[in-house]
Amino acid sequence: MTAARPAAPGGPEVVLRLAGITKRFGDVVANDNVSLHLARGEVLALLGENGAGKSTLVSILFGHYLADSGVITAFGRTLPPGDPAAALAAGIGMVHQHFTLADNLSVQDNIVLGTEPLWALRSHRSRARSKLMATAERFGLHVEPDARVGTLSVGERQRVEILKALYRDVRILILDEPTSVLTPQEAAALFATLARLVGEGLSIIFISHKLNEVLRVSDCIAVLRAGKVVATLDSARAEPAQLAELMVGRTIRKPVPRDHRRGDTVCAISRVSVRDDGERASLDDVSLAVREGEIVGIAGVSGNGQQTLAEVLSGLLQPDAGTVSLAGRVMRADARAWINAAVARIPEDRHAVGVIGDFAVWENAIAEHYAKPFSSAGVLRRSAARRYARALADRFDVRGGGLDAAVRSLSGGNVQKLILGRALTGGYAHGDDFTPALIVANQPTWGLDVGAVAYVHQRLLDASARGAAVLLISDDLDEVLALSDRVAVMHAGRLTPARATAEWTRAHIGLEMAGSSAVPHAA
Amino acid sequence: MRLEARAAPSRAAVILAPFVAVLFTLAVAMLLVAWAGAPIGETYALLFDGAFGSRFAWSETLTRGTPLILTGLSAAIAFRARLWNIGAEGQLYAGALAAVAVGGLHGGTGFDLPASVLFPLMLAAAALVGALLLLVPTFLRTRFGVDEVVTTLLLNFIVLLFVSMMLDGPMKDPTALGWPQSVSLRDDLQLDKLVPRTRVHTGLVYAVVLAAVLAFVVRATTLGFETRAVGANARAAAFLGVPVTRTMAIVAVISGGLAGLAGAIEVAGRTGYVTLDMSPGYGYTGIVIAMLAGLHPLGVVAAGIFVAGVLVGADSMSRGVAVPTYIADVIVAVSLISMLVAMLFARYRLRAT
Repeated sequence: MTAARPAAPGGPEVVLRLAGITKRFGDVVANDNVSLHLARGEVLALLGENGAGKSTLVSILFGHYLADSGVITAFGRTLPPGDPAAALAAGIGMVHQHFTLADNLSVQDNIVLGTEPLWALRSHRSRARSKLMATAERFGLHVEPDARVGTLSVGERQRVEILKALYRDVRILILDEPTSVLTPQEAAALFATLARLVGEGLSIIFISHKLNEVLRVSDCIAVLRAGKVVATLDSARAEPAQLAELMVGRTIRKPVPRDHRRGDTVCAISRVSVRDDGERASLDDVSLAVREGEIVGIAGVSGNGQQTLAEVLSGLLQPDAGTVSLAGRVMRADARAWINAAVARIPEDRHAVGVIGDFAVWENAIAEHYAKPFSSAGVLRRSAARRYARALADRFDVRGGGLDAAVRSLSGGNVQKLILGRALTGGYAHGDDFTPALIVANQPTWGLDVGAVAYVHQRLLDASARGAAVLLISDDLDEVLALSDRVAVMHAGRLTPARATAEWTRAHIGLEMAGSSAVPHAA
Repeated sequence: MRLEARAAPSRAAVILAPFVAVLFTLAVAMLLVAWAGAPIGETYALLFDGAFGSRFAWSETLTRGTPLILTGLSAAIAFRARLWNIGAEGQLYAGALAAVAVGGLHGGTGFDLPASVLFPLMLAAAALVGALLLLVPTFLRTRFGVDEVVTTLLLNFIVLLFVSMMLDGPMKDPTALGWPQSVSLRDDLQLDKLVPRTRVHTGLVYAVVLAAVLAFVVRATTLGFETRAVGANARAAAFLGVPVTRTMAIVAVISGGLAGLAGAIEVAGRTGYVTLDMSPGYGYTGIVIAMLAGLHPLGVVAAGIFVAGVLVGADSMSRGVAVPTYIADVIVAVSLISMLVAMLFARYRLRAT
């Protein structure tokens, strides 16, 4: 493009400027007078919790949403609001958290798709090929142009996504939570790529809620909280603790593990296999034992069978082969039997599976125990149920709307506290009388704010100190390593033996996450 | 302009929705009345008079309302579990036929059993047949994912043709001068009149009592909890230990049973025998009534009487002014659409961008 490029006197050239962006959804202010600028060759990190307004801001930048007020200037020109094509034409590209690639097409077709006129008589394959290869060469992104995207690993797909943006001569690249699906090695390769892009004069906006990686890759950090930019800092001078506090708006206490003894095996999975039925990933000959008072962490890139394992251990799915036993008793897939066996279950998708959004808080609080003990002769014991729900909401700090509010109106953190409280209280009015035999926590802190994460971690540690066996499934390696006594890694439906956390190195876990045979190559 | 979800649907909006829908419907119908060239005020006055303006009008409205309340309850309970039973019409006919099969004057006398035994048997048979007619589609849905809207809807035609076959065959009344109608129900099985010298029968009491029972079940029992849970989010319900398939089956039995009972009570209370025109679409109208009632059983009683009033009032109005009775069908149909839109606005607000 031939836009005028005003150079800021005494500083690097500013390529993108957002001024006073405000966006409301009903009563919620998603972006409140946000102003930012991005310099040439700079990595700007947008740091913020879920719901802080990061995605809304980017959607406005791309013209998917219309801001209520504010101006966006790219390379000295004002972007017309609500026009995605204009953002693309101005050289702004984006790599989404969930890739937008066609699995059944080749790498080249995916990259070229949309850049050629639909009705052209012939496509210029060889010209496209040489441009693609030149771009890949220049930025050090190695791809096999004829490979089908469906056969690529997640890290390779992300490389294709980045290349797709670069092919369109992007000057500003936005990456939305790019490491959430990567192994540690793949993430390191990504960071190397980003350094190279910046070296070539591109500017990058890096969206994340992970403090360490933000500090590692960015030059400048903008912290968003509740729609506002609460701070803009120089990465070199920022501290993790300071960032966390800015993000949350208060001091976070670190979870404290307690010393306690590990007891007998509570839950034993023996040679469990589940066939891939098109809806869920398979499990392949998985064995695992979790002992009383022990936290076993399952690491792995999500989508490798963790969800299937959680379903088996929540009484939802009958394995095709193998047995699952609790305290020596073989269990079948029957959710109510698992609940009655004092298994506390925390599902991955808390909004679609963990609660019924249209139901009131009190109804969700008793939803696992409405038949027993909160009914007699088929009639709900309403007042007992409401008393219990009130106590649970108090003890687990569930806020928003009161007992009769629909759970749909609660924030994600409060929904998770409600689920956690329900699981850990087991229908007993005085929660301290009850300790679950087994806790199956699948991604228990996904998308939660830092404060809620610490809260959930502390509750899990406390429960294990009281003797609960805990199975923690998470694709957040930091979380797994921080909480677990033993760790096993899942890849393509297979589970490594669980070993003491101290025996693992990050690199080793990373290799297992990628399937140890296939060593990921650096980009 | 676009729709934006409200944080929480306001209670007032939810309660007001049916009234707004009805007023809007009457306003739309006004245009049609004007088109027909009739005076609007007089037409509505006649319609109201014919529905609720006299003892006779009330008695006719309540008579018409009885089967409508039952089919409305049938739809309401099923829809709460998101079991889309569009087959109440067929279930009603099957129930009517079953009632006559048990209590009819076959061979001139019927079964040699006292009425105290035969009457409950007759109702049970009708409910059972209706329940079975819905259990099969429900099983196909839970087991194989077959869309019950299609199966229950199409079953209506199958049932109607089967009834037609029976009325021209084994159950044909030989004294009916060749008309396709079933043998009559035994006199001692017919329902008493609720009000002397009118057609209102004790079936209305059955309908209202069943509505009250259902209101209790929905609000206070584990079954009501399970029904709503399955309807609101079947995946979460399964996770929470709700027996989803069993709940669906129980709901199917209740819903189909109520529609079957509607048929039996219509035969025992009004017609005395089965004909192919005994229901002017009660099963389908029940869907409208359930929606107008917001799926609440007691609301069904009110909505059922309202719709019955429109149907009866339109009959009498058309004799006074030159507006065809079809206006009643228009009103019922438009009120369903307006109700759906009103419910949308209770959950969303319109925003100019």
